[in-house]
Amino acid sequence: MVTAVTSFGRSGLYDWLIQRISAVVLALYTLFIVAYLIANPGLTYEQWAGLYDQLWMRIFSLVTLLSIIAHAWIGLWSVLTDYLTYRAIGSKAVVARIVAQVFLGAVAIVYTVWGVEILWGL
Amino acid sequence: MNKKRPVNLDISTINLPITAYVSILHRVSGVILFGVVALLLWALGTSLSSEEGFDSVKEVFASPLVKLIIWASLAALAYHLVAGVRHLIMDAGIGESLEGGRAGAKIVAVVAVILILLAGVWVW
Repeated sequence: MVTAVTSFGRSGLYDWLIQRISAVVLALYTLFIVAYLIANPGLTYEQWAGLYDQLWMRIFSLVTLLSIIAHAWIGLWSVLTDYLTYRAIGSKAVVARIVAQVFLGAVAIVYTVWGVEILWGL
Repeated sequence: MNKKRPVNLDISTINLPITAYVSILHRVSGVILFGVVALLLWALGTSLSSEEGFDSVKEVFASPLVKLIIWASLAALAYHLVAGVRHLIMDAGIGESLEGGRAGAKIVAVVAVILILLAGVWVW
């Protein structure tokens, strides 16, 4: 059995809700960027930098990045806890899951810091 | 929990229905997309760094191999998005029956294939 200790919100219902709210944010950002790139086929650096110079675009991008982190954590937690199990790989399952989730957390932190640096140029 | 309890579900011996394929592809595409985020962050950071950076990203994205990677990434994104929208529709109580689930899975497959082909046209 897998406990909820490493899940995102430590509650299935909370994770379920966060997964859906973050999904809507990700869908909106995807549609926006795709529409923007299709509408501007000869995109220049000035246009592109001008878009990301807008405060609303930086906030939209940061919220999207944080949504990616939450969404990926919940999704990959579901995948890991389904496949790295005692039945699938034996008694090393708990250690394997912890290692995989620590790695996942490290990547999540790198993505977050990297994204903030890009958006706010710290 | 008793770890020796009998398990009657051996997936490798079961003929999977279309709903199962749609589900596992949603997972596979999601795992791929988590890696694609690194590519997107690199492209965003470099393209915003300077005029030269912007041009270098354009140059990299013009190479045939990178175009293939972009198309594969867009394919994973398109599929994951469509399959995700199906979840939201099912959360609203639409298509929850066995037949509804099968029909939804078929719609996801068809819409995803169309979007992936369009993404290919866009990239090339």
